[in-house]
Amino acid sequence: MAAEVVDAALAVAEIERGDTVMVGGFGLVGAPLTLIEALVASPAARELTVISNNLGEPGKGLGALLLAGGVRKAIGSYFTSNPDVVAAHERGALEVELLPQGTLSESIRSGGAGLGGFYTPTAVGTQLAEGREEREIDGARYLFYPSLRADVALVRARTADELGNLVYDKTARNFNPDMATAGRIVVAEVDEIVPVGDLAPELVATPHLFVDYLVRAKLTL
Amino acid sequence: MSVSETIARRVAGHLRDGETVNLGIGIPTLVADFIEDRPLVLHTENGMLGVGPTPEGAAVDVNLVNAGKLPVSETPGAAYFSSSESFAMIRGGHVGVAVLGALQVDARGRVANWAVPGRPILGVGGAMDLLVGAQRVIVATTHVTKRGEPKLVETCTLPLTAERPVDLIVTEHATFAVRGGGLVLTEVAPGSSGEWVREHTGAAYRSEV
Repeated sequence: MAAEVVDAALAVAEIERGDTVMVGGFGLVGAPLTLIEALVASPAARELTVISNNLGEPGKGLGALLLAGGVRKAIGSYFTSNPDVVAAHERGALEVELLPQGTLSESIRSGGAGLGGFYTPTAVGTQLAEGREEREIDGARYLFYPSLRADVALVRARTADELGNLVYDKTARNFNPDMATAGRIVVAEVDEIVPVGDLAPELVATPHLFVDYLVRAKLTL
Repeated sequence: MSVSETIARRVAGHLRDGETVNLGIGIPTLVADFIEDRPLVLHTENGMLGVGPTPEGAAVDVNLVNAGKLPVSETPGAAYFSSSESFAMIRGGHVGVAVLGALQVDARGRVANWAVPGRPILGVGGAMDLLVGAQRVIVATTHVTKRGEPKLVETCTLPLTAERPVDLIVTEHATFAVRGGGLVLTEVAPGSSGEWVREHTGAAYRSEV
């Protein structure tokens, strides 16, 4: 079934207070900035658990959602680049779950793939291993991590066709293809929407069955 | 040339033609500007193989960045991929070398580069994955901290990033290899001296210089 083309406000109206939301991007690169702006303006988008590598930059991207009081918990790998995150965490206004970047991306991938979790050698013997199940497989030590899924995933691509097939742009791809598989509802913000048949099938990075809504980008880097 | 650039240039000299090399945040990403036309393939954790040097002016593309979110260029044969595929390459042992920064390195060559005690631990990035997955790990770091304290220490006071020791430590003053469970001084940089290195290294090492 074809993805529905909607405006950003309508797309984020799917998000309710307390929901878990995945947001693509590596910093602001590949982040769906138009959708994030709509989240900031949506009164229902509060007390969210946000799964994203970072929480944007001070006042920008997810950094703006944090300042608007939209984020209760952040799950990601690198928050130190936004001092507002550190400050919110220190005054007890933000819960943070830190995962190594490869563990974060694999948690999302395996969530989208219908798995319960996976064993990784990353972080064995470190402080991040505390409280995690450890198991030896073929003589090597691994930690168990459960998969991650979201109520809604917000991703950024360059081009969609009217079905919702997605093509990305350079390193703006990053977490977006993984997150596009792991949301119950998936919204893709794109620069352009082309007719069905215009995208070379071999170049489609996210097949359309993952995508529910398309939103045209109004904000770009 | 800045101290960071000096270290990056020295690291480039330790890379072997034909290797696939991941560059981490900080000094390591500067290595891309010292590769010139050597047959090396640079990998960046945010999803690219075939990273080229820093672009000039109009060639900067906001969607083309390295692990430090700084602009890079594309070399012929480059490829883009998702974060999970990028880390499958790293953990799966498909990346030959990782170049990482460090806060401290201990006498066994184990690195601490992600957390500072007394401050909330809010960033880890890809360092832990790179330390378990890369075939060879090179640390690129200043020899001492901004306060002048040695970064090579007998025991790390900061939490370790992995149990696995690194293979090589390159500073602006010296190069140490990790062999037989300990540090071996293999090179003193031009303009530095064995005496300076001895006075500013907090870990025991054997010298081959």
